[in-house]
Amino acid sequence: MFDLPLTKTLPALTLAFGLMASASAAAELVVGMQQEPTSLDPTADATASIDSMMTQNVFESLTTVAENGEVQPNLATSWDVSEDGLTYTFHLAEGVMFHDGSALGADDVVFSFDRAMGEESVNPSKDIFEPITSVEAIDPQTVEITLSGKDAFFLFNMGQGDSAIVASETAEGNNANPVGSGPFKFDSWTRGDRLTLVKNPDHRDAAAVALDKVVFRFISDPAAATAAMMAEELDAFPGFPAPELLPQFEADPRFRVNVGSTEGEVILAMNNAKPPFDNVDVRRAVATAIDRDEIIEGAMYGQAVPIGSFYPPHGTAYVDLTGAYPHDTEKAKAMFEEAGVAGQTMTLRVPPFPYATRSAEIIQNELAEAGIDAKVENVEWGFWIDEVYKKKNYDMTIIAHTSPNDMGNFARGPDYFYGYDNAEMTALWEQITTEVDPAKRDELLKQGQQMLSDQSVHAFLFQLPLLGVFRQEVEGYWASSPVLYMPLKGVSIAN
Amino acid sequence: MAYFLFRRTLGFVLTLLAVSLVVFAVMNVLPGDPALTILGMDASDDALAALRDQLGLNEPIVARYLSWVWNALQGDFGLSHSFRVPVAELIAERLPMTISLAVAGMLVTLVLALSLGITAAAQHRRAGDWGVMFLSQLGIAVPAFWLSILLVMLFAVKLRWLPPGGFAGWSDPVAAIRSLILPTVALALVQSAVLARVTRSSALEVMRQDFVRTARASGLSRRRVLWRHVLPNALVPIVTIVGMQFAALVTGTIVIENVFYLPGLGRLIFQSIANRDLPTVQALVMLFAAIVVTANFVVDLLYVVIDPRLKARA
Repeated sequence: MFDLPLTKTLPALTLAFGLMASASAAAELVVGMQQEPTSLDPTADATASIDSMMTQNVFESLTTVAENGEVQPNLATSWDVSEDGLTYTFHLAEGVMFHDGSALGADDVVFSFDRAMGEESVNPSKDIFEPITSVEAIDPQTVEITLSGKDAFFLFNMGQGDSAIVASETAEGNNANPVGSGPFKFDSWTRGDRLTLVKNPDHRDAAAVALDKVVFRFISDPAAATAAMMAEELDAFPGFPAPELLPQFEADPRFRVNVGSTEGEVILAMNNAKPPFDNVDVRRAVATAIDRDEIIEGAMYGQAVPIGSFYPPHGTAYVDLTGAYPHDTEKAKAMFEEAGVAGQTMTLRVPPFPYATRSAEIIQNELAEAGIDAKVENVEWGFWIDEVYKKKNYDMTIIAHTSPNDMGNFARGPDYFYGYDNAEMTALWEQITTEVDPAKRDELLKQGQQMLSDQSVHAFLFQLPLLGVFRQEVEGYWASSPVLYMPLKGVSIAN
Repeated sequence: MAYFLFRRTLGFVLTLLAVSLVVFAVMNVLPGDPALTILGMDASDDALAALRDQLGLNEPIVARYLSWVWNALQGDFGLSHSFRVPVAELIAERLPMTISLAVAGMLVTLVLALSLGITAAAQHRRAGDWGVMFLSQLGIAVPAFWLSILLVMLFAVKLRWLPPGGFAGWSDPVAAIRSLILPTVALALVQSAVLARVTRSSALEVMRQDFVRTARASGLSRRRVLWRHVLPNALVPIVTIVGMQFAALVTGTIVIENVFYLPGLGRLIFQSIANRDLPTVQALVMLFAAIVVTANFVVDLLYVVIDPRLKARA
């Protein structure tokens, strides 16, 4: 059969290629990712790109969060809350299957929570399960979760990757071979190169899913990312690493550039536990010395919104406090002199993220003009998270806090790397987390922002933007993200 | 010869042992904690403690090192701390990519450098010589990163002849070769610049010797004298440099792998150091050390083949 004359094989080949061509007309999206995770399990690793690829695409949680930040039903189609606000009864969607064909029921929910809360748990956000006292399967479709106290963020937290529902049979292997219940199934992962998801035809929302296949390509170098987009190897780069390269995409009619918002507050953190930053006057002088517009222009090429406290500008409780310490170099200089720290040398240890390293250079100049010698030390992430974050061995640093609802960082007491110890703030945060009326909670959040600004705990810089480059044909990506994930369910490619 | 082999093997084992000790010590002195790197800024203390326990980081350091050596002797390099799969599996996935690139890069380097170097020597102090010297100066001065970006901009973005990066493995050989062309060229252009210079000066040295004049006088063509008499006698310094370059090719493809986003060993070691993934770093450094030592050994053997006079000294 291998001796077929060419005249006979040719039509067969043409037919085969024709079939292949029609098969490849299926909707396939190729997405560029800057960061490659080492594990694919969002319940055991905090790497942000796991959430952006896996959460609500492969793995599902009881609830989910919409683009506007609103909590919506997901695996739980509805829920009842008891009078006292402590017992939540979740009703699970009917007929849900894991990708391996096994049924997803109340037992799996109980297992997932036990795993996240147990002694052996390595859940990166184990604290969000802290208020839970019990998780019980009432019947195969109903789960009852009891809390020790009211938790305003409970339903929101149940919609995160940390609280994904997994099966006991496959949980251990989820790091390399994830089995979830979401609208996309894991297909393959060539480490260092690409990760492929395919549509899950059995998903309850399968009719609303436009993509048949999604390929993530891992490209860390910004110049390589630009070349790959320009060569049309990629359809989308939803978290584009370099703001300075965006103008060439804006000028190219093939592409669409999106500048949205994230939950990431970028701060110039000061070690409140250590002189000179234990002195509020010094912290206020730093806030006066820096010029946010100059930082945003220089470090982010103008693509970011300034913040004056620790809350995202797109949130419902936002108060604009950017005018609290107007930029005034002469005044800052006088303030530093009065506090007796003029001419001192301080370290500014920065992690290896472009927003941080670039901001550091500008801040160094601005502080120098105000008479402070800031020594910039560029350190790598492993060093930063151990020395700066864990051991609190720093004067100043620059970091983005990317988690939603994270004002509670300031209520973590002196053990947290801020070195900030304020009982009033701790009490306020307690009130915020237990206030279930949104309007009242927003009022408290506003008080919190005001308090942090008044005490100038850190110099608050800007909200980290979500920069995306897309081929014109790609539609349905979120413009801004209130969470760490990026649902592919609504994404499509126009013909 | 038996004594020679024994001495080299002993040296090999001792080198690897020393390397493993140094890597282990450095990774432990380096600030950083794999559990913290994996679980991030919101991790609770008990989750961190649980993970450290699972990774075996709570064992005393000497016990950890000894058990690593014991397992490594049996061919077990352990589980990667960050990937949670056997290190051997991670390396096996990436090895074909890096070896393909290094071998292709070396072959192109040899062809380019030998022909350019010999041409330059033959054209000594004439246009061809100046041309080669100028180009090689350029090749030494141009950073590999920048050259790679230029190649991508021209051949992938502008002309669309080749993909801008990535490597999906050898299951589709045509795609694999297409993916390797640009990285190979980028690697070879820079490497061959050095080698062409060495070839040229070594050939010039030989060309001054009497036997070359005799060969020409006996009626052999210039071409035949160059390739059959000059080149073989000029090989000792060339082989030395090639040996060093091959080791550098395998270990030094990190830049190329980054620009062309290739799933090779260079990127793996980079990622593993960032993650403080000791078992993976340890195994990779051992592998690189083994390659360097082996390359040196092969070079020593080649000396004897090229120049039998050296046999007595080996």
